[in-house]
Amino acid sequence: MLTYIIRRFIGAIAMLIVISMVTFGIFFVVPQWAGSTPESLASRYVGRAATEETVALVAERLGFNDPVIVQYGRFLKGIFLGAEYDYGAGVEHCPAPCLGYSFISGQPVWPDLIDRMPVTFSLAIGAAILWVVAGVSVGVISALRRGSFFDRLSMGTALAGVSLPIFFTGMVSLVVFSYGLGWTPPGGSWTDFTENPAQWAYNLLLPWITLAFLFAATYARLTRAGMLDTMGEDYIRTARAKGLRERDVVVKHGLRAALTPILTLFGIDFGLLIGGAILTETTYTLPGLGQFAILAIRNQDLPQVMGVVLFAASFVVVASLIVDLLYAWVDPRVRLS
Amino acid sequence: MSFLDVKDLKIHFPTDDGLVRSVDGLTFSLERGRTLGIVGESGSGKSVTSLGILGLHKGGRAQISGEIWLDDEELVAMSAEQVRRLRGKKMAMIFQDPLSSMHPYYSVGHQIIEAYRIHHDVSKQVARKHAIDLLGRVGIPEPARRVDSYPHEFSGGMRQRAMIAMALSCDPELLIADEPTTALDVTVQAQILDLMRDLQREFNSALIIITHDLGVVAELSDDILVMYAGKCVEYGKADDIFYQPEHPYTWGLLGSMPRLDREPTERLLPIKGSPPSLINVPPGCAFHPRCPYAERTEGRASTEVPDLAPTERGHLVRCHMPRTERRALWENEIKPVLETQ
Repeated sequence: MLTYIIRRFIGAIAMLIVISMVTFGIFFVVPQWAGSTPESLASRYVGRAATEETVALVAERLGFNDPVIVQYGRFLKGIFLGAEYDYGAGVEHCPAPCLGYSFISGQPVWPDLIDRMPVTFSLAIGAAILWVVAGVSVGVISALRRGSFFDRLSMGTALAGVSLPIFFTGMVSLVVFSYGLGWTPPGGSWTDFTENPAQWAYNLLLPWITLAFLFAATYARLTRAGMLDTMGEDYIRTARAKGLRERDVVVKHGLRAALTPILTLFGIDFGLLIGGAILTETTYTLPGLGQFAILAIRNQDLPQVMGVVLFAASFVVVASLIVDLLYAWVDPRVRLS
Repeated sequence: MSFLDVKDLKIHFPTDDGLVRSVDGLTFSLERGRTLGIVGESGSGKSVTSLGILGLHKGGRAQISGEIWLDDEELVAMSAEQVRRLRGKKMAMIFQDPLSSMHPYYSVGHQIIEAYRIHHDVSKQVARKHAIDLLGRVGIPEPARRVDSYPHEFSGGMRQRAMIAMALSCDPELLIADEPTTALDVTVQAQILDLMRDLQREFNSALIIITHDLGVVAELSDDILVMYAGKCVEYGKADDIFYQPEHPYTWGLLGSMPRLDREPTERLLPIKGSPPSLINVPPGCAFHPRCPYAERTEGRASTEVPDLAPTERGHLVRCHMPRTERRALWENEIKPVLETQ
C-alpha cells in the first residue's frame, strides 16, 4: 500500500514537471520559432512608446537572450523561490510562487489567481454535490426499474442534459427564473461565503443547478449502466442468499461496486472544473478562474494565460492523485497490483 | 411429512421468445442428516430448482407454482419478506464459483460477519469471533489473521472453504450446494467434499448437492434425482441409480463419466446431441430425439409424456419402455459395456 502511494506521488510530480515544460514551451519557445524575437517579447513589457535601445536592454535584463534551458530554470525558480525582475528603473521582487506579471495591469499573476479561486471553487463544490447526489440516485432507481416510465423519462432527460450546452440552458434559465419570474438573482451576482453564507448560496443556486444538470445527466447514465452490470453479478445473488434486505443488497453490494468508475470520472471532472468553469462563469458573469482565463486570452496577456493554464492543470493532476488513492481504499484489489 | 417436501414445483419464465419451462413439475423430499444429489446437464433446470427453494428465482417475472414445505412451513405462498428471514438462517446456499460469488471489495471476515449479523442481534466483536471460529472449523489455517483477507488473496480451495463458512454461519438446517467443486482443482475437490460430509454430520443438516458430475454425488448422496429438461427422469436411492439405473439418459450419464479404473485408450460413451431448449421442449418424452431406444416405444415417445413410475426396486423412472425390456437392456447391453470399459 505504501509503495502504491509513493509511486502515485512520484507519478503526479513527474506529470506536473511535464506540464510545466509543455506550458513553458508553448508560451516561450514556440513563439520564437514562429518569428518572435527576444525584443518582441520584451516590447510587451515596456510598452509601445519605448525606444529600441530600451527594449533591447529589457530583453537582456529579463533574460530573453539566454538559452531556453536557462530560461526554463529561471521560470521554475520563480515558482518555487520567487524572482527578481530588473526593469532598469529598479529591481522588483516577485515572491514565490511567482508566475510573472500581467502585461496589462502590471500586477503579479499569482495573487489574482488566488483571488478568483473561491468563486470557481464555490461553483464547483455546490454543483458537484448536486450532480453526484441527483445523478447517482436517478441512475440507481432507473437501473432497478429498468423499462419503467421513470427509467424512460429520466434517461430521456439525461440525453437532453448531455446534449444541451451550458450557454443554452444557462441563458434560458436566466431569462426564465431571474429576469422572468424573479426567483433567482441576475447574472453577475456574487457574495463571498464568509460575508453572508445564505446570500452566497442564493446567488449561486442557478449556476449550480445548470452546471449540475449537465454533469448529472452523464452520471445518471453511467450509474444506471454500472448498476445493471453489478446487480447481475454472482456476489449479489450471494448477498440475497444470506438473507440481506434488498435495500442493503442494492446499496452495500451493488452500488458499492458500481461507484468505482464514477469515482474516477468525478476526480477528473471536479479537477477540471476547479481549474475554471469557463462556460458557466461566462454565462453567469461570475468572477472566477474561467472568466479570468477568457479575459487573459482576449488580452493576449501571456503570463496570465500561462499562470491559469498551469494552475488548472495542477488541479487535474492533484484530483487524479486523490482519486487514485481513494481507488485503492475502495477496491482492495488495486492495493496489490 | 419430511423435513423438506417439494411437490409438483414449476418455475416458468415468460420471455419474448416464449415460455421457458425451467422446472416443470418436480417432486422430491429430504430428511435432516440426509443428502440428495440432483444431477443433469447444463440447462436441465437443476440450478433454477435450488434458487426457487431459496426464493431467489429472478424477480417478479418468474411464474412459480407447486408447494415447497420446509419444516412444516410452505415457502411458495409465503411473502418475500418472510422467505428472506429464513434465507441464510434456516436454509443456505454454497455457490459454484467462490471468486465471483464473494464481493471483491469486502474482506472474507466482513462477509461472514454480515451474514451472521443479519439474523443475530450481536455486536461486531462477537460476530467476528464467530467468523474466526467458523473459518477455523472449515480448515483455514491462521483464521484470526485470514479473517481480514480479501477473497482475491485466497486460493480457490480456501475461497470455497470460506464460502462454506459463510453458508454455515447461522447453522442452516437445509444446505444447498450448487456445483460446489466445479470451479476447483481436482486435488482440492476431494478435500471440499470431505469437508462438506463432515460438516453435514456435525450439523445434522439436510444437504442438496447440485452437479453434473456423478462422481461428486457418488461420494456424498443418499438419494439421487436425475433431471432432464426441467423434469425428473429418474429418482431413487444412490445405489439403485448407480447399479440398477433404468432410464437411457442415466445410462448415458454413467457412460460419459470418466473413471480412473478405465483403460486410457477406450473412449467414453457420450450422449449424442445436446440438451433441448426449454422453450421448445420436444413433445412426448423430452429425451426421445437423443434416445437410442426411442423406436421401441411404438411411437409413444414423441406423442405422450411418460409417467414417473416405480420400478421393481421402488425407485422412480420416467420412460415408455416396458419395465422388463429396460431391465434386459441394462443387464445385457449397457452394464457389460460400462463394466468392461
